[in-house]
Amino acid sequence: MAAVNRDNEEEVKTDDGSPKIKPRPIVRLGIFLIAHSPVFSVVFSAAGVLALLLLPLLAKNTYISENALMPGSARSMLSNRDVSDGSKLVKDIKNFRLNHEGQGVEVQKLIGKYMSDMGAEVSYQKFHPEGNQFHPLHFFSGPDSYTLLENVSCASYGVNVAGIIRAPRGDGKESIVLVTPYDFINGGDYEDLSLGIVSSLFSLLSRVTWLSKDIIWLVADSRYGDYRPVAAWLTEYHSPSFKVSDLLKCDEQNTADNFRRAGTMAAALVLKVDGRSEKFEDTLSIYAEASNGQMPNLDLINVVNYLAVHRQGFYVKVEKVVSLLSSSWLKIFGEIFEAVGKLAHMLNPDWNFGIPAADYLEGSATLASSLYSQALGIPTGPHGAFRDYQVDAITLKVSPRFPPDSKTRQHDFFLRGARLLEGTIRSVNNLLEKFHQSFFLYMLTSPSKFISVGVYMIAFALLVAPLPMVAASLYIDGCKSLTNSTDNPTENFKSWKWLDAAKQVFTLHLFGFIVTLLPYFICQVPGQHSPTNRSIMWGTTSSSLLLITFVTMPGCSPFSSRLHGTNWAILKSVTISAAFIGLCLMSIINFATAEIGALLLVPTCLMAQPIKPALRSRRLKSLLGAFCSIVLLTIGFPVMFFAISKGLLGEGLVGLSLGGEFWTWLESLWAWKSATYLYIGMVHLPCWLLCLCILFHPS
Amino acid sequence: MASLLRSLFLLLIVQSFLVAIAFGSNEVEEFSEALLLKPLPDRKVLAHFHFENRAPPSNSHGLHHHLFPKAISQLVQKFRVKEMELSFTQGRWNHEHWGGFDPLSSMNAKPVGVELWAVFDVPQSQVDTSWKNLTHALSGLFCASINFLESSTSYAAPTWGFGPNSNKLRYGSLPREAVCTENLTPWLKLLPCRDKDGISALMNRPSVYRGFYHSQRLHLSTVESGQEGLGSGIMLEQTLTVVLQPDTTSVESNMQPSWSLSSLFGRKVVGRCVLAKSSNVYLQLEGLLGHGSKNVDTEIEAHGLWKNADFELSLKPERVLRESSSFLFIFDIDKSSDSEPFDLGLTWNLPSKWSCQQAPLHASRFLMGSGNERGAIAILLKATESQEKLSGRDLTNGQCTIKANIFQIFPWYIKVYYHTLQIFVDQQQKTDSEVLKKINVSPSTDKVSSGMMEMMLELPCEVKSVAISIEYDKGFLHIDEYPPDANQGFDIPSALISFPNHHASLDFQEELNKSPLLSSFKEKSLVRSYTEVLLVPLTTPDFSMPYNVITITCTIFALYFGSLLNVLRRRIGEEERFLKSQGKKTGGLKQLLSRITAKIRGRPIEEQSSSESPAAQSSVLSSKLIFKIILVAGAAAAWQYFSTDK
Repeated sequence: MAAVNRDNEEEVKTDDGSPKIKPRPIVRLGIFLIAHSPVFSVVFSAAGVLALLLLPLLAKNTYISENALMPGSARSMLSNRDVSDGSKLVKDIKNFRLNHEGQGVEVQKLIGKYMSDMGAEVSYQKFHPEGNQFHPLHFFSGPDSYTLLENVSCASYGVNVAGIIRAPRGDGKESIVLVTPYDFINGGDYEDLSLGIVSSLFSLLSRVTWLSKDIIWLVADSRYGDYRPVAAWLTEYHSPSFKVSDLLKCDEQNTADNFRRAGTMAAALVLKVDGRSEKFEDTLSIYAEASNGQMPNLDLINVVNYLAVHRQGFYVKVEKVVSLLSSSWLKIFGEIFEAVGKLAHMLNPDWNFGIPAADYLEGSATLASSLYSQALGIPTGPHGAFRDYQVDAITLKVSPRFPPDSKTRQHDFFLRGARLLEGTIRSVNNLLEKFHQSFFLYMLTSPSKFISVGVYMIAFALLVAPLPMVAASLYIDGCKSLTNSTDNPTENFKSWKWLDAAKQVFTLHLFGFIVTLLPYFICQVPGQHSPTNRSIMWGTTSSSLLLITFVTMPGCSPFSSRLHGTNWAILKSVTISAAFIGLCLMSIINFATAEIGALLLVPTCLMAQPIKPALRSRRLKSLLGAFCSIVLLTIGFPVMFFAISKGLLGEGLVGLSLGGEFWTWLESLWAWKSATYLYIGMVHLPCWLLCLCILFHPS
Repeated sequence: MASLLRSLFLLLIVQSFLVAIAFGSNEVEEFSEALLLKPLPDRKVLAHFHFENRAPPSNSHGLHHHLFPKAISQLVQKFRVKEMELSFTQGRWNHEHWGGFDPLSSMNAKPVGVELWAVFDVPQSQVDTSWKNLTHALSGLFCASINFLESSTSYAAPTWGFGPNSNKLRYGSLPREAVCTENLTPWLKLLPCRDKDGISALMNRPSVYRGFYHSQRLHLSTVESGQEGLGSGIMLEQTLTVVLQPDTTSVESNMQPSWSLSSLFGRKVVGRCVLAKSSNVYLQLEGLLGHGSKNVDTEIEAHGLWKNADFELSLKPERVLRESSSFLFIFDIDKSSDSEPFDLGLTWNLPSKWSCQQAPLHASRFLMGSGNERGAIAILLKATESQEKLSGRDLTNGQCTIKANIFQIFPWYIKVYYHTLQIFVDQQQKTDSEVLKKINVSPSTDKVSSGMMEMMLELPCEVKSVAISIEYDKGFLHIDEYPPDANQGFDIPSALISFPNHHASLDFQEELNKSPLLSSFKEKSLVRSYTEVLLVPLTTPDFSMPYNVITITCTIFALYFGSLLNVLRRRIGEEERFLKSQGKKTGGLKQLLSRITAKIRGRPIEEQSSSESPAAQSSVLSSKLIFKIILVAGAAAAWQYFSTDK
């Protein structure tokens, strides 16, 4: 009965009075949402931001998903004898350094000799320190686009040392890589310690019988940065050039090309020892973000975290944004959530989602750092080079609690560090298959807590949900107003009204594409230029290009006369659609970028409306709206946002150097082939310009 | 007493008669056992067990054999196998330290897992059938999954690149086969004394499988008698090669470890297998030419050979043979008894260092590229130090050349682009015609047959390195074609590099007694080496989500059947007519409701039904909807609260 009632109520009468069949529920829901798009867009956006803030609460405890790993189930076999081997190497290197100042190559030989004494196969590899050069066509090409540089100077090249222990009964199909970046010329005492840890472990591994995967120890020459030597070694490992290499010509030392390989890599661990721990315990920091926000399998982090915390007693941490820890607004949120959680717990003891405000702060600071590093798309350490070859890798940065010259503590430190690595290697060695069981898409809120993709997607989905709704509603509005104003209701014309707006949107996206490519050509300009000059060059060329676009295509200009201009509602509708498509595409490539981009772009796009009518009407509501859109547009400008985020991170910037800083930042983005750069140039900038056009629309 | 004597006498007569039958033919079945021990330069010891079983060509006693295993002879007769070799291997042969240019390594360095090849004596059309049957028979015989070689995607028919030139040869290998005792036990069952007596009693399973390399091989060949009406004889050669690490107690790292048979295997030999014709233990020592005396005949010098300042043997050898680069000590285990078991030991007194002879080129193979789509396989051949000394060079037209055959099987999901073959000699790219003498390619067919490539390279003798690369695409498998551990990746079997102009043999200066092991060493064998097995990660579906699959399937089913039912059940025309009739007369409850709403709004009743803007309607709807949602949510919360509280 009730159903019949409802049916009758919702029946829409057509002109001739006969009842029309009601549309399907899903269509009705769509129409309903579109009709109330302003309310829903506010609700959804707010919910999106709230969901983002709620993420630390929703984090789950990590667990070891792959049963074969069995971390910590075997007793450590590392003995004092192995550790004394490691200590001896460190001592020898120190003595050698004292006697032979600045002879890096000989240190490499020394390490190589140690490796071969332990029964490993040793190989030396030379590489060019030059990093990646920006080339627009190579943006998404794989790491195998290895180009031989023409004029190579023999003066500057690095030498990596790699030792391979063959698994006694293994079939040699797989290997595990240990990397210690080491500066052969002026490596500090802390760097020596990392060599000590790994050589203790290596001494053990050369004797054990349980190995089923070969072990590679790579001592990367970190004179030219941590990343470059590892990347060069991996390139040689995976895609060597069989042609004559220029480096072989300058063969002052006898490192013949005896590059050795050991099968498919199962996992890689980068070990660094630096600085003294501020905590009472030895600190272990885990870095996992690789290029474009790719993460290693969560199981690898879990294993290291489990062993470090429960077996070796390290204080494990992941990076966090320190400035957020003291922010008061986040603290207020934390307290609110805590109170809500307590209330919920009071209502039902099973509802245990509340966490203390301090934990919340900690979690959000870690999450923000995780989000930021993923969004930036720049690897946070040498492990990033492995991800390009689908190898799971993490960097472990150990900070001992003692000064580096303390002999007594050193032994204990080596023992624990090597045991941690031994346990991890043993776990990976147990693995029959490659890492696939656990998550690849996650964010960490603490070393033992994570948010999986299914949870953090909600925030983004809520944020972008209003975009298609508002676009549709604006389109309907625009169509209506256009038919009213033109008094020419030709049906043919009606369906193509969005074409003008689309042309404008397309032109500005094309402009964005050209601006994205400009830095490449600016880099080609002969002569040395400071980053500031380059950014000025870039700014002037882009703005002149923009002016040319506006002059040649008057339809695109916000300052054009009313006749040429399109209806702003339709323009906004198409802009929002373009932004929606751009954001959704980006969310597939790099989710964190899309998330931060949506936080900026969605309110800007939604709020954008012409200010002229607002100023004319002089009503408080419209004036407020115009003010909001101006503020949002100011923040949304990439340079501006860069400055603000720098300020948030606690780095002050003044004046003109901002341009230079911004240039360097962008340069680093494209050098690392970060998709964020493409996003800024091809989605964010055009959408921002379009919003600007709407703001100054003459209607 | 008398009856007992008589019966004994009768027994003797019968026995002598039987013996007369057995030895009636000019040849008899022979079994011989031998063990070769060889210290390796990297402080390990190689033990090579060699058993040979010969069944002479005869049909005097039908299918009956005295010593020869019946299972094998049946196999040969049923599938008409002309020659066959089956090997089970665990671990990798270290060509650098364990040698690559002696008969031992060229015959016993095998690829990881199972390798099987066979030549058949049947018409060409029946070769594949025989192969398939043979794999199944062997699979049952050796407790191994050799039957997987039955599928045409896993074997190939090499023409000339493998070794024996025959078009009735089939070759297959299973790199992932795990080798363990379950394979060794049936192999031992073929021996007349099993592992109860003789040399094979040394095979203590834990010590055999503790080794760094372990390869058990079974080679059988038929010997044509040449006489009419006489069947063919069979020669069965069974070898087990293990590389063991002696337990070291000495601290000195440059000292070679001392060992004895009991310390290596944990067992001793007590007497020979009584059925064996010969039963010898050999000890081969390489790189002792410094002590090479001109004359080994005299007793004192011979004594100095086995007991000197460098090393000491615990037993006196029967004979000492000299080879171009090594000495061979021969021991007979006949003299050992229960009270005095044969326990050969070697004690080093001085550090000693030597190196093994290497194959002319050292081969390694690796994968190139990244990602799940494309890649390349590269084979790298590097000149070894011993290359200059080697004989067997082909001095045609005044040029010194080395010939190298490369034989490689590609599974079908590795789609090799043969046109992308690139050859770099000493880092200079060469055209195919420059170095490639012969090439034979049979491309793979998806899910039907594997690809095969045989090529013969002709390289200058002074070559330093050769690199061969060939690109491939990774194929997609059907969901049910994935093995259980698909995420491990897929194996590409080892490639075989052989040097047709180089033959390895031990050249003894003295004439030998007819020991099968030594005569097999004396034969010239092709120098060959296998490369590593490669692991290719292919794209794999997420197998761990059956739950999701079930959910999605159920949803689709529900949607499908729901809409189908809807379509079948509904009559649109009828519904329209019903709606029209409903539109004319309104129900009582509806009227009541409309009156109430009208009162709330303060509007006359008539307006409600006639003209209502969609916006107003939707606002009514939304308020109602929101009310309903709140009601339902409240009910749910209350229910949740009361249900879980208890």
